[in-house]
Amino acid sequence: MKTVYKLLLGAGIVAASVGGVKDASAAIEIQWWHAMGGALGETVNDIAAGFNRSQTKYVVKPVYKGNYTETMTAGIAAFRSGKPPHILQVFEVGTATMMAAKGAIYPVYQLMADQGMPFDESRYLSSVVGYYTTSDGKMLSMPFNSSTPVLFWNKKAFAKAGLDRAPETWEEMGEFSKKIIAAGGAECGFTIGWQSWTQLENFSAWHDVPFATKENGFGGLDTELVFNSPLHVRHIGQLADWQKDKVFIYGGRRGEGNPLFAEGKCAMLINSSAYYSGLRKTTKFEFGTGKLPYWSDVKGAPKNSIIGGATLWVLKGNPPEDYKGVAAFLNYLSDVFVQTFWHQNTGYVPITNAAYDLTKRSGYYEKNEGRDVAIIQMSGTPSANSKGLRLGNFVQIRDIINEELEAIWSGKKTAKQGLDSAVARGNKLLRKFERANK
Amino acid sequence: MEKRVTFRNLWLPYVLVAPQIIITFVFFIWPASQALFQSVLIEDAFGLSTEFVWFENFEEIFTDPLYLDSMITTLVFSVSTTALALTSALLLAVMADRVIKGAAVYKGVLLLPYAVAPAVAGVLWLFLFSPSNGIIALTLQAMGYNWNHVLNGGQAMVLVVIAAAWKQIAYNFLFFLAGLQMIPKSLIEAAAIDGAGPAKRFWTIVFPLLSPTTFFLIVVNVVYAFFDTFGIIHAVTSGGPAGATNILVYKVYADGFVGLDLGGSAAQSVVLMIIVVSLTVVQFRYLERKVQY
Amino acid sequence: MVESRPWVTYVTHATLIIGLIIISFPIYIALVASTHPAEDLISTVQGWFGSNMIENYATVLGTGKKSAGGVPVGIMMWNSLVMAIGITVGKITISIISAYAIVYFRFPLRMFFFWIIFLTLMLPVEVRILPTYKVVVDLGLLNSYTGLILPLIASATATFLFRQFFLTVPDELAEAARVDGAGPVRFFLTILLPLSRTNIAALAVILFIYGWNQYLWPLLITTETDMTTIVMGIQRMLFVADAVPEWNLTMTTAILAMLPPVLVVVLMQRQFVKGLVETEK
Repeated sequence: MKTVYKLLLGAGIVAASVGGVKDASAAIEIQWWHAMGGALGETVNDIAAGFNRSQTKYVVKPVYKGNYTETMTAGIAAFRSGKPPHILQVFEVGTATMMAAKGAIYPVYQLMADQGMPFDESRYLSSVVGYYTTSDGKMLSMPFNSSTPVLFWNKKAFAKAGLDRAPETWEEMGEFSKKIIAAGGAECGFTIGWQSWTQLENFSAWHDVPFATKENGFGGLDTELVFNSPLHVRHIGQLADWQKDKVFIYGGRRGEGNPLFAEGKCAMLINSSAYYSGLRKTTKFEFGTGKLPYWSDVKGAPKNSIIGGATLWVLKGNPPEDYKGVAAFLNYLSDVFVQTFWHQNTGYVPITNAAYDLTKRSGYYEKNEGRDVAIIQMSGTPSANSKGLRLGNFVQIRDIINEELEAIWSGKKTAKQGLDSAVARGNKLLRKFERANK
Repeated sequence: MEKRVTFRNLWLPYVLVAPQIIITFVFFIWPASQALFQSVLIEDAFGLSTEFVWFENFEEIFTDPLYLDSMITTLVFSVSTTALALTSALLLAVMADRVIKGAAVYKGVLLLPYAVAPAVAGVLWLFLFSPSNGIIALTLQAMGYNWNHVLNGGQAMVLVVIAAAWKQIAYNFLFFLAGLQMIPKSLIEAAAIDGAGPAKRFWTIVFPLLSPTTFFLIVVNVVYAFFDTFGIIHAVTSGGPAGATNILVYKVYADGFVGLDLGGSAAQSVVLMIIVVSLTVVQFRYLERKVQY
Repeated sequence: MVESRPWVTYVTHATLIIGLIIISFPIYIALVASTHPAEDLISTVQGWFGSNMIENYATVLGTGKKSAGGVPVGIMMWNSLVMAIGITVGKITISIISAYAIVYFRFPLRMFFFWIIFLTLMLPVEVRILPTYKVVVDLGLLNSYTGLILPLIASATATFLFRQFFLTVPDELAEAARVDGAGPVRFFLTILLPLSRTNIAALAVILFIYGWNQYLWPLLITTETDMTTIVMGIQRMLFVADAVPEWNLTMTTAILAMLPPVLVVVLMQRQFVKGLVETEK
């Protein structure tokens, strides 16, 4: 199934590059600005080419505009200058900013309705789209590349300590780590990445506790941060403590800690599921993928984890006839084959139930052990605490969290001090955002 | 600082200056004033709702204790980078000026860092010093020195100073070399005949004659350290750990470009601009007196 | 040089060699990285050359590495070249004549102009980039070489440098020219310009590289892939969200991107030596 599709797509690209270009002048051009560099960008181009080949009225032009930050800023600059792209890829932390810009965005559900395209929201995995829907379930932007944090574990190191499964609770994380270190399987127990996302945001969702009031911001701009609750303080404090025995080592804010795992120094890694393919390439040992650990004494845990990654937003400001093409393209993206192609060629999860089913039936998950953990971890109906976050100025709030966590890891502050400070500083930014978007 | 002999012409100077002034106005003054105007507004990223707030943004900056920290960090960073970059470059330029054999090779290689795209340079330094697998980091650790700039703020500062100075050394080297080459050989020879050794010759003749170049480089280096180094910081430490390398311009970038808080970022830029302008004026007033033209 | 004290020469060479090693070490690492297959580089830095050199360079030059957006390296280099040369020539030209006017003429608003020009140094580019983008859009200059080059010409470094230099030129020269009946233009072209050769050479190197390495500005104002510059291509390969970049090919492109600047340096070297000879009057 997969090979056939790949062949078809390949043929399509050849056809598109030979034939499609000539038609470009007559067709309506749709600009799609994205931040997918490297091999991901190739896949993006393949997808766009597939759409262009399937019809002649519209031509989707993917344009790489830098990393997520640069792409978003470019989109905003273009809007302010009156020449916005049709589709803009925005990372999840930019959601609140986009949502608040009611005069600039064209909500997906509205676009589809206006163009008379059937749009069935139940096609989509609820935890994936939940982040981007209004409180009454209407989809504002289209999820494109989504991932969630998982636990990667070094099978070889575990075997040395006589262990053959991933830890399920945080208590076990500590136990297993100590056993492995004692047996010489690794120097350290575990390391993490994207610490705000994995250890605070997802931690809250996974344990079904709030990260911020007002349903994590979904309920209004007057939300306040609450990730300095006793549970959070206890968790972060435990991590900080564990540094002493090398149960936990801090490697960096994003993915810088990954080499620690890939080289066998740390036996486990908690980071985005998207790193899966990269890790497959770089590790010289077999590793497994497990779900996030949880504190066993917390009622309601484990719930579901929330997504990271980016979505596609449609911007207003282009001629009306263009938007029919935009709607058609978004529809195309949800097509089961396109989704399957995207999911299997990248580290991201599929967003439709159909694509997930198809991949399951093709035996893909048996051959690629662990790639379905992310999806399973996100399944189920989310509660108000685990639907996602909608907080303004969140990019800067994450930076604040990073700073405070680093102060905690290096011993300059206690867990309580650091988290309290982060909450206070973050709340100031939330109030500023509220004011700017009245 | 003024020429005794000048030409008198009514319209020629304006013609000569016009191209630069026009371009400066259209592409700098006009956009910059718009950017600065944003410092008295609070608005959303898309510009759809704007509120005029007088000096609130400035108030917010100055009541933030972290801003003061950032100022001190910037000071430490700029002074260290400038000092390191200037002295190393001067040393190397003086040395390179003296040799004939292999001169082209030395000059060619020593200028290379400037040719490296900043993003690539940042990544290279990260590679070398990465606590988990960087060559230099591992060497240091093997020698017993626990290098971990991800947690240790002081080490992070050292790293960014080295990375920033590395690039600047090439730049300074180039101009020092150009300046040195313009010093007439006859002067040096005369001094040598008089019995002055190389060190004495340097301090009494070369250095003073080099002072216009040195002044130029000091001003430019300070500006560079204040403004153009956010790229290095961004690639290597992102202002961390715990704000240890969070220099003012990085904050401007983080808040404005990344965080899209245009008002706050503009206010910070105004403050930054005032600081640098003052520094430059001071340099012109006091340092330039010592320069010999 | 002046006298023969061998130990001084040894010290000189030793210092230079040490400086060389320290300064070029990161570049050496990049060069080494460009000769390895991808797997070698994922988690460690290689110390010595690998065996993939021809393959890597052929891939990048030939098929136009798709991960850089599928634009052949040749086109990207050409765009970068046009941009860099445009900026170099543009900046040097308008700066040298402005500096000349400011130093050698007395006219109202003289110092005002100098400070206005100088002010451009005082504001970081990231702050004014969004409004500048709007100006460029309003002027219809998106996706054009003019749009790439023109806004970047307004800079003070070159003017400042020339000003410094002109102030060191002996007054006697100008006087002599006046006595000879030469007008300001003649003076400039026949006397001042040749004298400025060394500085122009130095600036040419710096400005070329500055133009060559531009990233943020071209990224913002181009949407046509055939206007991409080489540094944009490198960034695209380097910063891959949620995945591991292909280090070996990225470094290959980075090394290739360094070649033209190096070429410029080598070419300009001759000017330095000439300058030395000229001052022997």
